[in-house]
Amino acid sequence: MTIKRPRPRLDEENRAFWTGGGEGKLMIAKCGDCGEHTHPPRLLCRHCLSENIAPQPVSGKGKVDTFTVNYQSWAPGMEVPFVIARVRLDDAPGVILTTNIVNCTIDAVHFDDPVQVTFEEQDGIFYPLFEKAD
Amino acid sequence: MAREAYITGIGQSEVAIRTTRHPLLLTLDAVREALDEAGLTIDQIDGVATFPGKSSGNLGFSPVGADEVIEALGIKAKWYVGGMEQPAQLASIANAALAVKQGLCRHVICFRTVYEAAAMARPEEYSRPRADVLDGFVQWTVPFWAMSAACWTAQYAMAHVVHYGMTREQLGQVAINGSKNAMLNPRARAITKEALTLDKYMSARMISSPLCLYDCDRFSDCSTVVIVSAGDALDEVKCTPIRIAAMSGSVDRPSWDQVDWPAAYETGADLWRHTDYRPKDVDTVQLYDGFAFLPINWLEALGFCERGEGHRFIEGGTRIALDGELPMNTHGGQLGAGRLHGFGFAHEAVTQLRGLGGARQIAGDPKVAIATSGGGPMAAALLLTRD
Repeated sequence: MTIKRPRPRLDEENRAFWTGGGEGKLMIAKCGDCGEHTHPPRLLCRHCLSENIAPQPVSGKGKVDTFTVNYQSWAPGMEVPFVIARVRLDDAPGVILTTNIVNCTIDAVHFDDPVQVTFEEQDGIFYPLFEKAD
Repeated sequence: MAREAYITGIGQSEVAIRTTRHPLLLTLDAVREALDEAGLTIDQIDGVATFPGKSSGNLGFSPVGADEVIEALGIKAKWYVGGMEQPAQLASIANAALAVKQGLCRHVICFRTVYEAAAMARPEEYSRPRADVLDGFVQWTVPFWAMSAACWTAQYAMAHVVHYGMTREQLGQVAINGSKNAMLNPRARAITKEALTLDKYMSARMISSPLCLYDCDRFSDCSTVVIVSAGDALDEVKCTPIRIAAMSGSVDRPSWDQVDWPAAYETGADLWRHTDYRPKDVDTVQLYDGFAFLPINWLEALGFCERGEGHRFIEGGTRIALDGELPMNTHGGQLGAGRLHGFGFAHEAVTQLRGLGGARQIAGDPKVAIATSGGGPMAAALLLTRD
């Protein structure tokens, strides 16, 4: 992608998610009481309402849950086609990330493919993208 | 016995692409038609309900709010509501029904005005959403160029392709059926100029697989009005009242990507918990088709077929055709008759139940219809009856 990705506004809830890639870490909010993950990240656990919750690194491994090949150019300079996917994280049950599958052809992506996070940095934001693993 | 809620007058402005008529005047056109049909005057209106309210950051999406309608039309409202955080577009009709059932007001104007085509042509007058900094739920999709609900819906549709074997020929029946019906709908003239063939559908360019160009609705300019009246105010109304027999709008997680099944499934199941009617009693369905995959969700969600069977249910198109066993989107849906954003389905359900569909009127003296709106985490369903 040659054009700049849209940029999330960083705040207390989402900063760790969008900047953790600077240390190579995919950060997902995890409850210190019940052990469940909450995504999108919050300052409280959506499973037990505890405030004892903090971003924790996960392995960055996951599986392709579903995907679409996007052909529409939504902005001038956008290179198409590319793959938009939902990835289920292996060690954060119930958490799904919308992302792009990169570094492979569009035909190489299938449901349940194992994938691994890779970060793309742009102005201090580390976008968690995924590439095929194994 | 609890007070009932009815849809009485309905109205609609022209459906246009890049109209120059002001959106408040489009709204007035629809209000006038609805009042005329009901035999009501504006003085008898004492409530207003809309979705999503005026959208100041994206005026084409919703250029007119409840405040403006109340002020500009001189309505003395005893109750009103406008907002996005309700279970999809038709929830504003459900909210009005609750208000008249409770006796807060007697006749509520429910409206949805869209101006997305006109606004794109006049960006200096009509604001567009900011693209440089993302807040809220879009930050989880848009940074990955999943810019549109087309991309979000496409991933649910792809799961049907992979898990349940949905083919493009099956999916295409939604748009083909819509265009066929739209050809019989005088108000769809600006949107559909010729019926879509399977060949043309199959050769269309992809937007976000498996959704092609014809699977996505098109920005349109229109206002649609539905008047909701209290059961004990029907003696003031001259048109055939249509009862809101049941309504539902459940949501588990307001998210486009954290759930396996969109909210339609819970909403569809919930609808039947509020009525003795059953799917076999339904004469016609008007199912939200902002994207062609969504009516397939709704058919499954409402129990017309099993989960994962919706595409087979519509295969070949005969079952959902005007003369089929379950006529669907008889006005053309949004794919055929314009992106009226939900309200077109309620308008058409009432039209059919009154036998006023003209060339597209279904046979058999229909008495029970369903109208739905929404996709992803948004879902609202109405069961409408002519008693």
